[in-house]
Amino acid sequence: MSNFVSKEKLQKWAPLLVLIALIFVFSFANSNFLSIRNFARIGIASTPALMIAVGVTYIIIMGSIDLSMEGAVAVSAVLFATLFIAFGGSLASWAWLAVPVTLILGSLFGLINGLVHVKLKIPSFMASLSMGFVGIGLSLLVTGGDRIRVEDPLFRSLLTERYFGFPLMVHCALVALVIGWFIQCYTRIGRNFYAVGGGEDLAHASGLNVQKVRVLGFMIAGVFYALGALFAVAQIGIAETATGYNLMFVSITSVVVGGTALWGGNGGVWNSLIGVLIVNVINNGMIVVGLPRYLQDGVLGLLVIVAVVLSTDRKSLAFVK
Amino acid sequence: MIPMFELKKVEKTFPGVRALKGVDFEIKRGEIVGLVGENGAGKSTLMKVIYGAYQHDGGEVLVDDKPVRFENPRQAMEMGVGMVFQEQSLISNLTVMENIFLGFEQQFVRFGLMDWKHMAEAARFQLAKVKLDIDPATTTSELSFAQRQLVELAKVLTLEERVDGDLVILLDEPTSVLAKEEVELLFKLVRELTERASFIFVSHRMDEVIELSDRIYVMKDGEVVDSLKADDADVDDIQHKMVGRNVDKEYYREEKQKPFNKDQVLVELDGISRASSYKDISLKLHAGEVLCLVGTEGSGREAIIRTIFGLNRPHLGQVSIKGEQVHTFKANEMVDRGVGYIPRERKIEGIVSGMNVYENMTLSQMGRHSRFGVLNLAGEKKLARKWIDRLSIKASSEQADCGNLSGGNQQKVVLAKWRSGGSNIILLDHPTRGLDIGAKEDVYEMVREMSDEGVGVILIADTLEEAIGLSHSILVLKDGEITKRFDCEPGNKPSLYDLVHYMV
Repeated sequence: MSNFVSKEKLQKWAPLLVLIALIFVFSFANSNFLSIRNFARIGIASTPALMIAVGVTYIIIMGSIDLSMEGAVAVSAVLFATLFIAFGGSLASWAWLAVPVTLILGSLFGLINGLVHVKLKIPSFMASLSMGFVGIGLSLLVTGGDRIRVEDPLFRSLLTERYFGFPLMVHCALVALVIGWFIQCYTRIGRNFYAVGGGEDLAHASGLNVQKVRVLGFMIAGVFYALGALFAVAQIGIAETATGYNLMFVSITSVVVGGTALWGGNGGVWNSLIGVLIVNVINNGMIVVGLPRYLQDGVLGLLVIVAVVLSTDRKSLAFVK
Repeated sequence: MIPMFELKKVEKTFPGVRALKGVDFEIKRGEIVGLVGENGAGKSTLMKVIYGAYQHDGGEVLVDDKPVRFENPRQAMEMGVGMVFQEQSLISNLTVMENIFLGFEQQFVRFGLMDWKHMAEAARFQLAKVKLDIDPATTTSELSFAQRQLVELAKVLTLEERVDGDLVILLDEPTSVLAKEEVELLFKLVRELTERASFIFVSHRMDEVIELSDRIYVMKDGEVVDSLKADDADVDDIQHKMVGRNVDKEYYREEKQKPFNKDQVLVELDGISRASSYKDISLKLHAGEVLCLVGTEGSGREAIIRTIFGLNRPHLGQVSIKGEQVHTFKANEMVDRGVGYIPRERKIEGIVSGMNVYENMTLSQMGRHSRFGVLNLAGEKKLARKWIDRLSIKASSEQADCGNLSGGNQQKVVLAKWRSGGSNIILLDHPTRGLDIGAKEDVYEMVREMSDEGVGVILIADTLEEAIGLSHSILVLKDGEITKRFDCEPGNKPSLYDLVHYMV
């Protein structure tokens, strides 16, 4: 390789190159792929997953893992819908209050998640997986297994109102992403995630309150999960326990495909954006080229493995566990 | 003059161990105090009490004659006590400035946002104190070891602005990864900085402690056995106090070096080359020979050893083991041929802590201790007891957790692992790094015993003295090529100068 393109640079941009390559391949396979309408479709499908991925990015940067997102989204979605209807059922009335309340509830869910992990000293993997099930259970308790419809046209305008060809929710998600990037780069807590992921013992010995950083991390992630839940509800106008379905696989896969290392210390929310797009482009592309439905899940799994191979640096790892 | 920082009869007990037994320790303003002792003498416990990682459970810690108690490192920092850790204790994925202000970023937050410009300026001010001219936004992993050491020091010196009182700075083995010139620069800097702070200097290198310190505390078995002025100290005297007996003048066991068997070749490298690691290397290792590879870091020593153990393959040339040419470069292939590797990072590659002594010993040869995949535990334990005895490994039993053994004993377990499996080509990479004198002597004894039994040893020594003292032959490497070969018969060994001449 010439000196012009260094290996590190290539590594850094590899996920983006993978994304561009995928877009090329699918456009070549079917010219309908390359259209604003289709890109808007990808954007809509990506929006909830992007919020979840941004939240879990912080956790993964810390070297932990959070598997509670499906439960967190389920509980946030049904609580939001319940409150929304209880407050009058229209954004024009007091129902807008349901939005901030849901975000606060999301952070509370994250707080409990973090406290269970840190105070009871349960590995984040186990603590969050269990909390996810608690969330699923809570949402069932609220709905009794039913669906709650949210039909307020003003709220649904997140999906129906379009600017530059993309629905409002895509623009909102991009704003949230920029906020996420802001937290990552310009706030104390954001930088502390990297310190904890890079060397927890050293961070502690330098006077950093590592436990606090961890709990705050789970709280911020909880807010993003709640945001993801709002978009998921806006997408189909229904809140139910299954609202969170499949988001765990998609979000964590996206973070890894985007180039954030699972052992912590590097990566960021922009990587996660690329990752989410890679996964959703694969998903959408398979439909556009007309792959049978029953093949799609299997092919998605295989393509994700290929994407991880191409976009992450695994050379320096002697062992992987 | 009242000492600014003082320990009076400080006690620290862990379950089953009394780590500090009534330690008295004091440091005056602007003083440099040396702290020496063997591994396990209580140095690191004492340091941890001083910088707040441990809490003392008896006696008093006094700052300016007032008793204090540090619940965590942060409280110690707020009283002006800072620690410069050993190598690699900066978080390598963060920038230099983030590392310097880690845990104290609040001062740079404006309306909830980090003011990077302001932080960079402040970092530059701190870096100037240690005369390091680098961009504070550099990622720490890009710095050399020496630069990282200085960044560590700069980080601790931020306490100067933050606390009112005087500073006490602990330097833990700051020179272990530095080259000679870098050590001199560091010492000069520390002497200049005594206007700003007092220092506690911990090192295994006696000559350095004597050179830098004003006063030296010697620790043994959790007690301060002596405190002496550096001007009156000499190396032999201190070592005597640390070990509690006279250190053998025949440190490297030269009298036990016997000629090796010139007819039996164990390893032969014939003109092997590997891109960007080594070039055209030929050597022969005979039974009973200790062959030492000498060179600076990055001269290709490690890569050659790793090739012989099958961890990487040469691009050109031939490798033969016991007369047979090797084609597949895999570690398990080499283990089958009788090669054993004792790596430098004992904790990482050598032993599995959490597994006990016998499990570690038989790790590389489980096939031999199992039938149809089921392990013969009784046989394993018997073998382990035999080797514990043979190498006099200090472990409570073969069931003891390897992670809790001292460094020297871990090293012996690794050796037993290979020797008990019948390996007769042993590759030793820095076998004495981080060991104290007593444990080092054990390792030297071990090497001589292996030679007597016809084992061939390829050694990368920790110091040049060690290389000269231990080996039958020395190959000097520079930039991946052999520049000189020395025969080292007892009484006719090359001098340090002879070697250095070909190294750089």
